[in-house]
Amino acid sequence: MSTVNGPDDPRGDHGDHGSHPLLPWETVLERFDPVLGLEVHVELSTRTKMFCGCPTAFGAAPNTQTCPTCLALPGALPVVNAVAVESAIRLGLALNCTIATWCRFARKNYFYPDMPKNYQVSQYDEPIAFAGWLDVEVPSDVGPRVYRIEIERAHMEEDTGKSSHVGGDTGRIHGAEYSLVDYNRAGIPLIEVVTKPIEGLGPAAPEVARAFVAELRALVVSLGISDAYMHQGSLRCDVNLSLRRSPQDPLGTRSETKNVNSLRSVARAVRYEMQRQGALLEAGGRVVQETRHWHEDTGGTTSGRSKEQAEDYRYFPEPDLVPVAPDPGWVERLRVALPELPSARRRRLQGDWAASDLEMTAVLNADALEVIEATIASGASPAAARKWWLGELARLANERDVELVALGIVPVDVARIIALVDEGLLTDTMARQVVEGVLAGQGPPDQVVAARALKVVGDDASLTAAIAEAVAANPDVVDKIRAGKVAASGVIVGAVMKATRGQADAARVRELLLGQLGVDG
Amino acid sequence: MPAISPDEVAHLAVLARLDLTQEHLGRLAAELEVILASVATVSQVATEQIPPTSHPLPLTNVFRADEVRPSLTVEQALMAAPAVEADRFRVPRILDEDS
Amino acid sequence: MSDLTRMTAAQLAALVADGQASAVEVTQAHLDRIGDVDSAVHAFLHVDTAGALAAAAAVDATRASSGPAALGPLAGVPLALKDVLTTEGVPTTCGSRILEGWRPAYDATVTRRLKEAGVVILGKTNMDEFAMGSSTEHSAYGPTHNPWDLSRIPGGSGGGSAASLAAYEAPLAVGTDTGGSIRQPAAVTGTVGVKPTYGGVSRYGLVALASSLDQAGPCARTVLDAALLHRVIAGHDPLDSTSIDAPVPDVVGAARHGDVRGLRVGVVRELSGEGYQPGVQQRFDEAVALLEELGAQVTEVSCPHFPYALAAYYLILPSECSSNLAKFDGMRFGLRAGDDGTRSVEEVMGRTRATGFGPEAIRRIMLGTYALSAGYYDAFYGSAQKVRTLVTRDFAAAFEQVDVMVSPTAPTTAFKLGEKLDDPLAMYLNDVATIPANLAGTPGLSLPVGLAPEDGLPVGLQVMAPVMADDRLYRVAAALETALVERWGAPILDGAPAL
Repeated sequence: MSTVNGPDDPRGDHGDHGSHPLLPWETVLERFDPVLGLEVHVELSTRTKMFCGCPTAFGAAPNTQTCPTCLALPGALPVVNAVAVESAIRLGLALNCTIATWCRFARKNYFYPDMPKNYQVSQYDEPIAFAGWLDVEVPSDVGPRVYRIEIERAHMEEDTGKSSHVGGDTGRIHGAEYSLVDYNRAGIPLIEVVTKPIEGLGPAAPEVARAFVAELRALVVSLGISDAYMHQGSLRCDVNLSLRRSPQDPLGTRSETKNVNSLRSVARAVRYEMQRQGALLEAGGRVVQETRHWHEDTGGTTSGRSKEQAEDYRYFPEPDLVPVAPDPGWVERLRVALPELPSARRRRLQGDWAASDLEMTAVLNADALEVIEATIASGASPAAARKWWLGELARLANERDVELVALGIVPVDVARIIALVDEGLLTDTMARQVVEGVLAGQGPPDQVVAARALKVVGDDASLTAAIAEAVAANPDVVDKIRAGKVAASGVIVGAVMKATRGQADAARVRELLLGQLGVDG
Repeated sequence: MPAISPDEVAHLAVLARLDLTQEHLGRLAAELEVILASVATVSQVATEQIPPTSHPLPLTNVFRADEVRPSLTVEQALMAAPAVEADRFRVPRILDEDS
Repeated sequence: MSDLTRMTAAQLAALVADGQASAVEVTQAHLDRIGDVDSAVHAFLHVDTAGALAAAAAVDATRASSGPAALGPLAGVPLALKDVLTTEGVPTTCGSRILEGWRPAYDATVTRRLKEAGVVILGKTNMDEFAMGSSTEHSAYGPTHNPWDLSRIPGGSGGGSAASLAAYEAPLAVGTDTGGSIRQPAAVTGTVGVKPTYGGVSRYGLVALASSLDQAGPCARTVLDAALLHRVIAGHDPLDSTSIDAPVPDVVGAARHGDVRGLRVGVVRELSGEGYQPGVQQRFDEAVALLEELGAQVTEVSCPHFPYALAAYYLILPSECSSNLAKFDGMRFGLRAGDDGTRSVEEVMGRTRATGFGPEAIRRIMLGTYALSAGYYDAFYGSAQKVRTLVTRDFAAAFEQVDVMVSPTAPTTAFKLGEKLDDPLAMYLNDVATIPANLAGTPGLSLPVGLAPEDGLPVGLQVMAPVMADDRLYRVAAALETALVERWGAPILDGAPAL
């Protein structure tokens, strides 16, 4: 935790360390009606930035991808990236929005070191897309329920640079002595999607929020306009939440929570804010309109600077750029060429896989659709792919507290492991060891198999020999088996497995054993 | 015509990141009012039906292809910087959490 | 060899092409002249001696190896560049302390085109800070003095460029014009200055004041020289989204064939009379009469919204500039003040800007911040943009009746240094005739039409033409210039006192 400074310390620690009274969940639902608003920033995967030809590749050395324009040197000017505009239109169409026939960029004026012009070129009252909707399915025990989330707008803007804060305890702003800024990210194209206030969700609010972000992510990936990795920041979500006593009341004061970096956190942040605000209101307090920061480690939010007075951004149309007036014929061609949308794709895959609603729900809950599909595309059967991703791999992901896609094993590798098992070259147990090896960075499956000399002992001759040894060592168990306690064969099988370091085919061992002893099993 | 209060002038100076003396703020309040009084004439002719012009020329749809162009070297990018550390711009500590 | 510094750019270009003088000789002659007189005139903020001589030597080398055909039409001609345009590795201050010592990492497109044409950039000229002003008194580095009378202003914001021409320190200069900053200095120094159609010359590398009004343009002592320079710097630039993607009008052809026979010339009713110095009005009227003698059909036109243009301009400009100047915060370039290791970035930005900006810049930033503020946008900035529409319509309507419009360029001749400093409003009135063209994006030119009888100081006449009809300016100006030189027996600048 950062150093605690006193309340009058101009270095500004607000004494908010993330532990707040929380109203019990059931009580929140009883007494309040939540209203949710989501703002999602999608970082586009164009080759170049929004307003200049600098590359956008992730991970470059600091300040090696800048130019007079994105560094905001005096005299430099912006020129709009055509592909960014096309991506914005396609996303707007996929969100069932109206595409503006004429719109402009606007300057949003405020001072901040990671924003070199001290204004951001964005869109204000003339977004390129507006008035749309996105249906999201929230799985439940009784089957999926569909919510139609209304989209206020989707607009184009540019990303800021990145600062790292030096001198404080946590690497965050509070308590830092100075900051270091890298402008490689400054100017990368963003599309901001803003929902209308989402009312009437009640207890489903956290899950609906999560489902919306997940669906938007899937949409953006299917359009090929962004890789939308929340853990890398190419998809960012801000959660707005307010409470009111009843749906007839006017909207309450909302908080805005940033730094929500995973789907899981979206749901958690909604739930946390509902409980925090509920406790505050029940105690007779007042919710402050402010920006809050989500903390993955503590599972709570802390207050940023309070914005009691709304920031005055002094928007005006960007004079260095000319209006964007998309040709209607072009827009129509883009619409017709949209790829299969995620919801349609899910229905199709469910049919292909002959999966039940419940099975599909499990797939979606685990956010495993793409990886399963990719595994099948690499040759695995739908059932095997589902079994592995929803079983062992999901377990490992949970253990390590990461998303499936960030686990560290790719569908091609999973398909290979499944194939090895199908061919009888690996047992399930061995397969799990191979997974472990891949995750530990020991290479692809075949390499791990070779390194660990994993080989199913499957030939009857070796097995028979091993069985004979185990039988000789356990005469009383053998008697039990002969007497009819077939289950006791497990002891012999276990001994054989131990002797072969787990590489024997357990089922075959049992078969041979019982055959040898002349017992039916 | 709204009179500009000293508080308003001080607030504008904060918005504009100008650390001005009280005396300077006081002078500015008077100067801003005089200028604003004369420009209020604008609203006399600028009626509802007149569309605003933000651009002298009716250009639209000026785009560039999504193709990489040479960037500055890191030395060029940093050459005029008042303070540099680890190839980054070193700036004083930030109070106002944003982004 | 007659005095190289008294020659026109066209003459110097021919000398260099013919081999009668080397580019280095020509450059050295002008550097010597600067050495002689600039301590009195102070047109230059930075003289790039080494760079200029190297560029001149390169022109000479090209001529030696590839012959005169390899040279551009202005190769070897020296030029003074307003310090608001970036020059790679050469100090660019915009007349401000906040950029003291700043050496840009890149050339403006205008700079690049000049270099590619073999023009020799002598140095950077003085200006009102960030181009805000009409007298160059708001430069952080001290004012420039009018070569006609060193106790007077040379106009602004581009007083340095105009003064360098009038002092024969350079035959060519480039300025920028947002509300008259090329044309008004030209008028009060007896030189020629042109604001091209908005979008005609690239703004990439032009440190922005008001993005929708700024335009770089040619300054010279003769109309033909200005046209030759105009052709070099103008043209579409893919790095500037607001630049016009169309061929540059044939300004050189027009300048070589000045002719006003049958041309419909409109005198703008609203830009004359009260507020205009009698001697200025008189010389203007005489020049108009001369146009009629030359065959023009002169009528009066009315542009009823021109009287509102000044007010609209003084809302639009500060609004855009308050945003454009936000990047000057001490973080990535320029001055950083107050960073003692304990202060916050917000405080250091505040100190830097309060220290680095002069009072006029601060005034306009504050006004712009106010005009854009929540609650005031519609009444101030929003309304000003409507007046802009009305002024544009006035131009369009007038140009249905006439081919060009004329007015005095400025209401007065050069006033004394210090005379209007305490009254910003009085200062702003200098731009009343030039501002409408910036609002509408139309091109404008000022040429000298005489000396005011009461003070013997230069008077300028402004020609205005429709968008993209820049050539028409030169056609009218060339005809008038020829006739005037004939009437006086010599160019007006010949009458300037020796320095």
